[in-house]
Amino acid sequence: MQPIPLEQSVKMIPDGASLMVGGFLGVGTPERIVDEIVRQKKRDLTVIANDTATPNKGVGKLVSAKLVRKAIVSHIGLNPETQRQMMAGELEVELVPQGTLIERIRAGGYGLGGILTRTGLGTPVELGKQRIKADGKLYLLELALRADFALVQAFIADYLGNLGYALTARNFNPVIALAAEIVIASADNIVPVGVLAPDHVVTPAPVVDYLIPNA
Amino acid sequence: MEPQTIIAKRIAQELTPGMLVNLGIGIPTLVANYLPAGMQVFFQSENGLIGTGSIPEEGMAHPTLTDASGRPVTALPGASTFDSAMSFGLIRGGHLDLTVLGALQVDEAGLLANWMIPNKMVPGMGGAMDLVSGAKRVIVAMQHTAKGASKIVKKCTLPITATRPVDMVVTELAVIKFDDGRATLLETAPGVSRAQVAAATEAELIMPAHIPEMSL
Repeated sequence: MQPIPLEQSVKMIPDGASLMVGGFLGVGTPERIVDEIVRQKKRDLTVIANDTATPNKGVGKLVSAKLVRKAIVSHIGLNPETQRQMMAGELEVELVPQGTLIERIRAGGYGLGGILTRTGLGTPVELGKQRIKADGKLYLLELALRADFALVQAFIADYLGNLGYALTARNFNPVIALAAEIVIASADNIVPVGVLAPDHVVTPAPVVDYLIPNA
Repeated sequence: MEPQTIIAKRIAQELTPGMLVNLGIGIPTLVANYLPAGMQVFFQSENGLIGTGSIPEEGMAHPTLTDASGRPVTALPGASTFDSAMSFGLIRGGHLDLTVLGALQVDEAGLLANWMIPNKMVPGMGGAMDLVSGAKRVIVAMQHTAKGASKIVKKCTLPITATRPVDMVVTELAVIKFDDGRATLLETAPGVSRAQVAAATEAELIMPAHIPEMSL
């Protein structure tokens, strides 16, 4: 892990990049990184996240700034701006059942090609996907997801980049931390090595590429 | 009694000690208010919490303790938190005893539509498809009609949520079961006749000889 100033971390992200962003309705989203992406106006982004939050929160800020070309998410119901851009054809939205979405990301991070699930069978989610019969039961084949960058928000990080999370702010964060080429983390608290007990490390340091020091 | 109170009170009777239960937004959330005092039930919030408690008192909310609609909640003693993969592993892996959710339509075969109205309302399915596909038992909590039209229809005209039929629907008028893929009237609400239920229902209901009144 390398410490990196906020501005530098976002400079690494090219226009057109794919980003996995932690958070559930903005809870557990690295807002500082999101704000910096908006400030640097990174465009044509593909965003993979649970939802697009609300227009002024989390991933919603990227949508409001019209920086997102495609969103792969499970829910846009609390963000009218996402719905507007989608209806107007300005933003492509791939809606994925939440459990399927997190499993596709997990598969991407765990070296699996995809997963078999019954979720989505017989619904519009099935469109264009392969059915596979295994052990006498029908499943949908859902392919793994990976991204160029994972933007992770932790509750606590040590100087090596070991991460721990708080309560419901954990959500997608530890899963996306394995599924991207470059992992950039931000943490509410940064502490010396040794403060975080091994049992409390959820994301081990070697998967974290960059940690943004606190201001 | 308010329609939503009837629904929530009746569904609360389906909960037993030790169950892991997921309550959807709206009427389903009210179910937690009608548990017998002291009964231990584990409520899951799909954003990564088991042991979801009530809304915190003013000034006691924490930005990292929220429910699946992003609102502050409390955690009960014995609560646990986890990531979304674990949360949906619990749901999809058959570990969730019961999910209670709202619906736009339920049809004669028990199929449920609750996630979109094409060209009108496209909020995304969130966890609904996983919950209906994966929970051991699915109960729908909804008003019997919307703008005078029955929500219990012959066949769903809206996109369905899953091919797995729901187990039970509870409305302010009736309890309907879908045991063998057919809608059976199980109970009527206090003061509601079977004819009234039939008149408010588009789907064909099987009417057993004895249909008791809900005991609330």
